[in-house]
Amino acid sequence: MAIHAESLTKQFGNFTAVDNISFSVEKGEIFGFLGANGAGKTTAMRMLCGLSRPTSGKAVVAGIDVVKDPEKIKRRIGYMSQRFSLYDDLTVSENMTLFAGIYGMREKDIAAKRTAVLTRLGLYDERDILVGSLPLGWKQKLAFSVSIFHEPAVVFLDEPTGGVDPVTRRQFWRQIYEASERGITVFVTTHYMDEAEYCHRVSIMVDGRIAAMGTPSELKASLGAGTMDDVFYMLARNAERIG
Amino acid sequence: MAEVSVRNVRLSYGKIQALKDVSLEVEEGSLFGIIGPDGAGKTSLFRIMTTLIVPDSGSAQVCGYDTVKDMMEIRRLVGYMPGHFSLYQDLTVEENLSLFASVFNTTVQENYSLVEDIYRQIEPFRKRRAGKLSGGMKQKLALCCAMIHRPRVLFLDEPTTGVDPVSRKEFWQMLSRLKAQGMTIIVSTPYMDEASLCDTVSLMKDGRFFKTDSPGAITEKFGKRLFEIKAGGSTVKALDGLAAIDGVQACYPFGDRLHIVSSSLSLAELSERAASAGYDISTLAECTPTVEDCFMDFDNNDYE
Repeated sequence: MAIHAESLTKQFGNFTAVDNISFSVEKGEIFGFLGANGAGKTTAMRMLCGLSRPTSGKAVVAGIDVVKDPEKIKRRIGYMSQRFSLYDDLTVSENMTLFAGIYGMREKDIAAKRTAVLTRLGLYDERDILVGSLPLGWKQKLAFSVSIFHEPAVVFLDEPTGGVDPVTRRQFWRQIYEASERGITVFVTTHYMDEAEYCHRVSIMVDGRIAAMGTPSELKASLGAGTMDDVFYMLARNAERIG
Repeated sequence: MAEVSVRNVRLSYGKIQALKDVSLEVEEGSLFGIIGPDGAGKTSLFRIMTTLIVPDSGSAQVCGYDTVKDMMEIRRLVGYMPGHFSLYQDLTVEENLSLFASVFNTTVQENYSLVEDIYRQIEPFRKRRAGKLSGGMKQKLALCCAMIHRPRVLFLDEPTTGVDPVSRKEFWQMLSRLKAQGMTIIVSTPYMDEASLCDTVSLMKDGRFFKTDSPGAITEKFGKRLFEIKAGGSTVKALDGLAAIDGVQACYPFGDRLHIVSSSLSLAELSERAASAGYDISTLAECTPTVEDCFMDFDNNDYE
């Protein structure tokens, strides 16, 4: 089991941001973590990454207890968001080295891995170019490669494809599939409902709770919906919290 | 006369050409969408139309005024909601709204009917500072502030980016209601599915428009056959396998199916070839292209 959460809860004062959620994600699974704005996704994700201490409940990520050992978690996971991914004023190669170092890789392991990843991405000749001058599509692919450079057990992707063109979005998902087939567990949030269909399983959070969880086909069948967009709309339109 | 027109506009930032010869015409009272990914040049174009930057060459007119010569006239007549949240974070919801009204020499009361629908949803939080609002609420407040002076033209730069699907639907319903009141609306978005809700859309990439038409006409002119199939097993293998079939130009995931593009194959021919390559073709069918399919089919010869 790559992620296991049990009655995970987070309160801020008298506001319950995450209300008693329980779920498990298998190794190598692509798990879509969906929900309306304000439903509590970010808070839940921060607890799973060891960045925020749960008020109650427990969670184990990559075999490590998020409450007992939050520091250790950070070495076993990768993280990428739309907003923060790479440093524009460092080169492709420097970004890789920097993040690999932050994730605790040893220097001698970094060099060999860097060559392999650059070659696989077709970016070897561009290794000394500043990331800021790469086309956006390339940046996105590079950012994902950097987030799994240290071969984490789980990678957390927070709206990784927002604003990305449709071709690049699909190339990005191809990278996700390849990572998953290598055994990396992918925990991803998105507002694109076609991407929800690409996940092995999804959960949909409404008002701090998990309102539904299952494979996309199970969810569609159980609600009699044609698409994941319809599923989302049926579950989230009555949310009490205003996003 | 068009309410907004842009002619042969070019703009560079140093060596980067952000806009390469862009032209458009927007009819009064219509909802015009500019659809394209980050970096396409959407925001630069909005800033030119709203008089905030001057193009290197070409010109733009809004409500009959020139965006360079008649800057001040235009500023009174348009509402602009930038992509980046730009209200005063340390003023409350109601303070922001009154401020914007007073800057335009009007009052919230005078035009309340216009924003009422949207403002009602954030009214319970009217005493809250704007910086403390959630994303969806900020967006609603920004829209209210952009139109509290009853503008003739409303410019909305990526109002739905990062917004969940339910709020996106509600937002577009709001736009339809505003349009019904006669307002001209120009909206940009990276979400291809929102294109179908506009009267006219321009598809934009790398600083240029490559298609401008009604969403229906864009998909009618796809010009190739599009098929869909539900493939079991490894998606990566299916994508590669189907793309390698002779006569197939592209194969990509689309929701829970794969889309296959071909200009030469009939359904029968594709079925036969896919079956002999070992695919379960029981779900293979011809389907209608969406704006997203058209966007992906674009190549460099398609620029307007």
